[in-house]
Amino acid sequence: MLKQYETVFIMTPVLSEDQMKETVKKYLKDLKDKGAEIILEDNWGLRKLTYPIQKKSTGFYYLIEYKVEGSSIADLEIAFKRDERILRFLTVALDKHAIAYNEKKRKKAKEKEKIEV
Amino acid sequence: MAQPNSEIKYLTPIAVDTKKKKYCRFKKSGIKYIDYKDADFLMKFLNEQGKILPRRITGTSTKYQKKVAQAIKRARHLALLPYVADLLK
Repeated sequence: MLKQYETVFIMTPVLSEDQMKETVKKYLKDLKDKGAEIILEDNWGLRKLTYPIQKKSTGFYYLIEYKVEGSSIADLEIAFKRDERILRFLTVALDKHAIAYNEKKRKKAKEKEKIEV
Repeated sequence: MAQPNSEIKYLTPIAVDTKKKKYCRFKKSGIKYIDYKDADFLMKFLNEQGKILPRRITGTSTKYQKKVAQAIKRARHLALLPYVADLLK
């Protein structure tokens, strides 16, 4: 059974807009090659870090929620570790409460969009 | 039997006697999952220096205190919360 995961990673602020998009696309392609089903992508954009990481005080945050085989998480993380554009990453396995919480959040976001449209 | 403290007359009432019953806010409001991504909710469980508040002050049960602590540590890893801060609030 595919387990559900959620990865947040921070990219260095030095990147230009399209470099940042290209990095994200690279990881999304990696995931798709492993047969992952992407559930949600969320770009938090440039945010201030509460403490400097590698002498940088801001970073591009990006969140990906996906379902994938457990075995492919290891080499995804190796790819993150090797990539010097990524300051920090965190992959979390989601249990049933977390999945329910995220679904509720997505529904609320959709409703809000409907009201605004 | 007359209540003992009624005989003792205090000039000023003891402040500590009105102890309000502490309750676990997660059990009461039925929150099941504590999201490590929303920092301002987790901020309620940190003191001014950014340290995690103990259960005896927040009154949360063991199960949820562990979840809160884990969420805070993840948020700190992602630089959403500081490890050390002064006058955080």
